[in-house]
Amino acid sequence: MDLHIVGLNHRYDDMPVLDGIDLRIESGRIVCLIGPSGCGKSTLLRLIGGLEQPTDGAIRQVGAPPDGCLNPLTYIFQDFALLPWRTARGNISLVLEDHGLSERETARIVDDVLARTDLSDFGDAFPRQLSGGMKQRVAIARALAVNPAVFLMDEPLSALDSQTRALLMDDLIGLWTREPFTAVYVTHNLQEAVRLGHKIVVLSRRPGRIRDQVAINLPLEDRTDAVAELAPTQRYLWELLREEAQAADRELADA
Amino acid sequence: MPETLAGRNPAGPAAAGRPVVFRGGGFAPRPVGPLGPLVFIVVIGLWELGSRIGWIAPLILPAPSEAFAALAYLVETGEIWRHLEASVSRLVIGWSAGMVLGVAVGFSIGLFSIARSGLVPVVAALFPIPKIALLPLFIVWFGIGEGSKIATILFGTFFPTVIATYGGVDNVDRNLIRMGQSFGLSWLSIVRKIVLPGALPAILSGTRISASIAIILLVAAEMIGAEYGVGAYVLLAGNLAATDQLIAGVAMLSVLGLVVSWLIGRAERYFLRWRS
Repeated sequence: MDLHIVGLNHRYDDMPVLDGIDLRIESGRIVCLIGPSGCGKSTLLRLIGGLEQPTDGAIRQVGAPPDGCLNPLTYIFQDFALLPWRTARGNISLVLEDHGLSERETARIVDDVLARTDLSDFGDAFPRQLSGGMKQRVAIARALAVNPAVFLMDEPLSALDSQTRALLMDDLIGLWTREPFTAVYVTHNLQEAVRLGHKIVVLSRRPGRIRDQVAINLPLEDRTDAVAELAPTQRYLWELLREEAQAADRELADA
Repeated sequence: MPETLAGRNPAGPAAAGRPVVFRGGGFAPRPVGPLGPLVFIVVIGLWELGSRIGWIAPLILPAPSEAFAALAYLVETGEIWRHLEASVSRLVIGWSAGMVLGVAVGFSIGLFSIARSGLVPVVAALFPIPKIALLPLFIVWFGIGEGSKIATILFGTFFPTVIATYGGVDNVDRNLIRMGQSFGLSWLSIVRKIVLPGALPAILSGTRISASIAIILLVAAEMIGAEYGVGAYVLLAGNLAATDQLIAGVAMLSVLGLVVSWLIGRAERYFLRWRS
């Protein structure tokens, strides 16, 4: 399933947040959204998933979601959004309970996604017992459980320390190489963007417009050791981002 | 061999200079073993001693042993069970009805704009009224029997429960609700599985307040036109200047309060075991 974003404008009261966004998200590829803080990239992600209504323009789902898909547009949140009163298993089964699956089918899906995220031994742990990285793995397992058409990832690694971030980045690449998924990945971290993105979309400062779209054709699994090859792209992205970030940094919050 | 930092220490291994003075610590009170019960024993012991050697006149304050004898007499005659049965059943019925209604209204205030704007001012206006002042009115409405007593407790526990509940619902992490919506959970699922457990800590701490209020109102209600009940027993003892019985009655109330608080503590430990 592809997503087509056409002529999208969004305003909060009188303040324009997003301006004329046209974007295609193609099946089986990862689109990274980068931009200075407050540029509306998280807003764009909320619009794509239907958590907010755009002032203007359209977001269309083109094609059918995969078989057995329970929730085509599925988020992975920066703060994990796990229910503290449910175990890892409970948090995953939460999103299956409204779909009238049999108990056996639910257990099968939960076991499967726990295994795929390397969490089989932690099914009965409560979120407070888990480290940040493990919590985000549970959230990824929860998202995998509904077999989404598009993952919407809102800075999923930003709440983690840098070592955990590297581990989870490897996990995400591993998941994608085993079974390519479609994702919109919002981040402010250029390194993450060039390691994970098939296409990197740079947004300007508020109101967010698309400054440029950069495609990276190097396969994901080859990027770990390709720092040198990726460096020019990363430098180019930083040049773009730098001006915007500098200008955004010097704006008054309520001006 | 690489030279270590310690090996290059210019001050040398000998202790030169002043040690850093410790200035942290404190501000972390911890329970100290059996100190709580010990305070009880010491106070009651001094009281008994004062009564025995005549510092405390028996008419002003009876010795603990006399109050205990009055209590023992109550147990012997079996009267205590009649009083407790009457009191506890009023407490349980009034309090649980107040809780159920309070949680229901609190949830509707927490979830629906119309209920919020319509009911919050009403709650704010009625909450501060001492419910004891309404007891004569309740007697007219519900009769001198059980109805008026239960209504007093019900009204007294209803309002704090409403306030605790909608405060709890307001404080449920909105990100969790958004997560539920993003996975397409039904409205009812979100309320049952996200809002209710999220509000439970606040609701349970509200029960501590409403339980104390319920006991206070129970005694007040039983002091007007009740034959049995701890409040009636205390009132009668006061009228007869039987201070030993009065103290025995008050001790029963204190124990009742402790039992209720212990039960709530158990409930908290069970329902909130997901917290550390």
